[in-house]
Amino acid sequence: MAAIPGSLESLKEQFGPHLKFTPEGGWQRLGEPDRRVNTHCCFCGQQCGITLLVKGNEVIGFDPWMDFPFNQGKLCPKGVKRYLQNAHPDRLLHPLVREPNGFRPATRDEALDATVRSIQKIQTQYGKDAFAVLSGASLSNEKSYLMGKFARVALQTREIDYNGRLCMASATAGNELAFGIDRACNPWSDIPLAKCLILAGTNVGECSPITTDYVWQARDRGGKIIVIDPRMTPIARTADLFIPVRPGTDLALLNAMLRLLIERGYTDEEFIRNHTVGFEKVRETVAKYTPEYAAKICAIRPALIVQGAEMWGRAETGMLLHAKGIEHHSKGVANVLACINLVLAVGRFGRPGCGYSAITGQGNGQGAREHGQKCTQLPGFRDIEEPEHRAYISRVWGISESDLPHKGTSAVELMAKIHRGEIKGLLTISFNPLVSLPDANFTREALEKLEFYVGIDFFLSESLRYADVVLAGSLHEEDEGTCTTVEGRVVRLRQAVKPPGEARVDWEIVCELAKRLGRGKFFNYQNAEDIFNELRVASQGGVADYFGITYEKLEKNYGVFWPCPSLDHPGTPRLFEDKQFYFPDGKARFHAVEWRPAADVPDAEYPLYLTTGRVVYQYLSGTQTRRIGWLTEQNPEPTVEMHPRLAEKLGVKSGDRVRVTSRRGQVELKAEVVTTIRPDTVFIAYHWPEKMSANLLTQRALDPISKIPEYKVSAVRVEKV
Amino acid sequence: MEGEFFIDPQRCIGCRSCLAACMECGTHRGHSMIHLEFIQRDYSVQTVPTICMHCEDPTCAEVCPADAIKRTPDGVVQSSLKPRCIGCQNCVLACPFGVPRYLVEQDQMMKCDMCYDRTSAGLKPMCATVCPSGALWYGKREELLEIRNRKPLEHFKFGNEPVKTKVHFMVPEPVEVVDVDIRRFLQPEKKDPMRDAVWEDSAGREESQVER
Repeated sequence: MAAIPGSLESLKEQFGPHLKFTPEGGWQRLGEPDRRVNTHCCFCGQQCGITLLVKGNEVIGFDPWMDFPFNQGKLCPKGVKRYLQNAHPDRLLHPLVREPNGFRPATRDEALDATVRSIQKIQTQYGKDAFAVLSGASLSNEKSYLMGKFARVALQTREIDYNGRLCMASATAGNELAFGIDRACNPWSDIPLAKCLILAGTNVGECSPITTDYVWQARDRGGKIIVIDPRMTPIARTADLFIPVRPGTDLALLNAMLRLLIERGYTDEEFIRNHTVGFEKVRETVAKYTPEYAAKICAIRPALIVQGAEMWGRAETGMLLHAKGIEHHSKGVANVLACINLVLAVGRFGRPGCGYSAITGQGNGQGAREHGQKCTQLPGFRDIEEPEHRAYISRVWGISESDLPHKGTSAVELMAKIHRGEIKGLLTISFNPLVSLPDANFTREALEKLEFYVGIDFFLSESLRYADVVLAGSLHEEDEGTCTTVEGRVVRLRQAVKPPGEARVDWEIVCELAKRLGRGKFFNYQNAEDIFNELRVASQGGVADYFGITYEKLEKNYGVFWPCPSLDHPGTPRLFEDKQFYFPDGKARFHAVEWRPAADVPDAEYPLYLTTGRVVYQYLSGTQTRRIGWLTEQNPEPTVEMHPRLAEKLGVKSGDRVRVTSRRGQVELKAEVVTTIRPDTVFIAYHWPEKMSANLLTQRALDPISKIPEYKVSAVRVEKV
Repeated sequence: MEGEFFIDPQRCIGCRSCLAACMECGTHRGHSMIHLEFIQRDYSVQTVPTICMHCEDPTCAEVCPADAIKRTPDGVVQSSLKPRCIGCQNCVLACPFGVPRYLVEQDQMMKCDMCYDRTSAGLKPMCATVCPSGALWYGKREELLEIRNRKPLEHFKFGNEPVKTKVHFMVPEPVEVVDVDIRRFLQPEKKDPMRDAVWEDSAGREESQVER
């Protein structure tokens, strides 16, 4: 229960972030690698194949892995420089225990025992649910599965959620409501075959660079590209139609496009009749969304809406892809459903060049949202409240169903419970809440109130400065396992090196904790494959069925797409080829959704829109990428992007310091004056902490279904400093 | 592998993966031999990577007083020969594309040599391998023409000086020479990316770019 131990400067001096520019031994260090390991990138959901070059116990470089079909050797700069996180000066080589003025190294025994004693003390005094777990979507399938089991079986708490809550939650809810399944509907190889692509709220060039070439292959074949975004991003630059909607208004645009499709006869009546339910209600709802009506909400010219509908309606084939620009809203699920409506209306599913997908952001954003580390979920996309699902998983885990906790609290609300004092203890892994959650001041206050905070990590992240114990965990390249890519392809992750010093592989640490909590018999694994084999059984019969997948099958086939229910099943690259959706009646659902304003809209005091997002050189909370010199050099700090019209009004030019204030907090950053953003909107990338954190400004307004925060819309004022 | 190099700036997304990967290469580790710039960031996110164009009559070699810059039989212009380079930087000044770099620590001009160590081993140059958008592409010409709609071009004009390159520059069909005349760029046509956005000014009136 405290602020950080010692001063920020001394913690930073000891634990970083420090920038590593050169590999161990310097650039001129000679030597061929001893080993070449074909594995995947540790960063985003594209999961590019990459070869890591290993000498001794160090990753010394990389090589393109030409044969992995998804990216065929292509990489973004983060993947290229990733190897520099290995043998990093900031690397935690042993557990840490908090002291009044900092942290001291501890043996694993001491750290694990201190952790277990604190867990037991809190749970005895306040109840099992007073201890919570916040996990992450960069963890392998094995570890994602393990964390869910650890929470329910070892800690016996209902309180577990993960950082995918901030990422894929809206897409998940929308997909489950519409299709009964939450996965990319198509393999990426379908994208070039689309004659029209709608890219909604997805900064492909900076957030999923490898998808760029897929999109442009469609264009090379005569396809039309429509991009919806308040900013002109690299992918938008060459769009056939660029629709610069005001933040928070996409739904009006999507409904208006659907209305025109109906009016102009572009709908696939046969598909709607035979394979969907709910269309009539949608038809009624969108009737009022004329181009003029929607254009007023979206603050764009109505002609764009007509052009968009015509382009989409006329095309023989087409796909719609979206990401956080659509999902990070207090109506994120409604936005997703509106996107899906647009694809259902033209019947574009289950065939080449026809489909839909949310673009999964995190490395294992797909797999990590399937196997139970969400507060409402059990493995295989099962529901923790569903009696049959509870019975099955309890059997797999060897516990009685009455011992299986019920649903817990989602991440943002969980932090609020910590703030209110209802949750006293926390374990985090693969999650840096202080940088990633909205309303950073609130998060900091919450962390300060915890009675006990333990983290498993490889660097001391900004959040872990508040920890009582830090257990030194493993980097992606130090563990074996699998993860599931943006396409729904399960791939093989290979261990290239062993964890250094007293650091240990994450799952070993978790199993060790379980053992010391007296629940070791449920966590008896010799290796990652043992965990995977249990996961296969746990997921069997669920929507995300991994039963037919083995490590060998993955290695032989460059991955396998789930569902893969049996060993002789080849996997399922494209969904809905049989037009059967995952409901008892086999029909997809239309959902009538109305536009409503965002939670925090501009007024006289805060007259501008703030939207947040990423840059290509940094990954999420920056724990890794802000420690790699070359990446951080490309943009050392976030800027406030604004249009010259706005800059003129404020008397600001590029490079001037400006103060951006919201109802939650403020930041002072340099302005970047560009015409590639709406004049009523400013943009700040969120990878930076402390005084540069965009999340000092954002708010904890959540979508009522997905509980995702509204990162994309905040009201701010901007002043020259 | 037998192949040619094609650069299509229209496809560049500015990720700098090419630079990141180039500087990992063996002979010049820590230094990228290529660079990437925004054309005019305040008006566009357009970026362009600059690699060596491997000119047929390399200006860098012509102006070198020490005859240190050589071209292989297959037309790849190499970094300066270490024993000969005197560090005068004539080549740095003279190259119309701005490619050669004088590395102080090495006291030598180094430049993109189309990853000669890779191409001679049957691999593609590193930048063209990693480029996520296909702006940098290496392979057989026929293969590229199958999948792309633009035309490969090798003819540039810098003022009055014609330059013919080995590396192909992808251009729209009607273009016969890339004419780099400064007069064309003094009054650039700037299309406002936000011309279709509508917003309110401080008086609450709706305005847009075109109305101003």
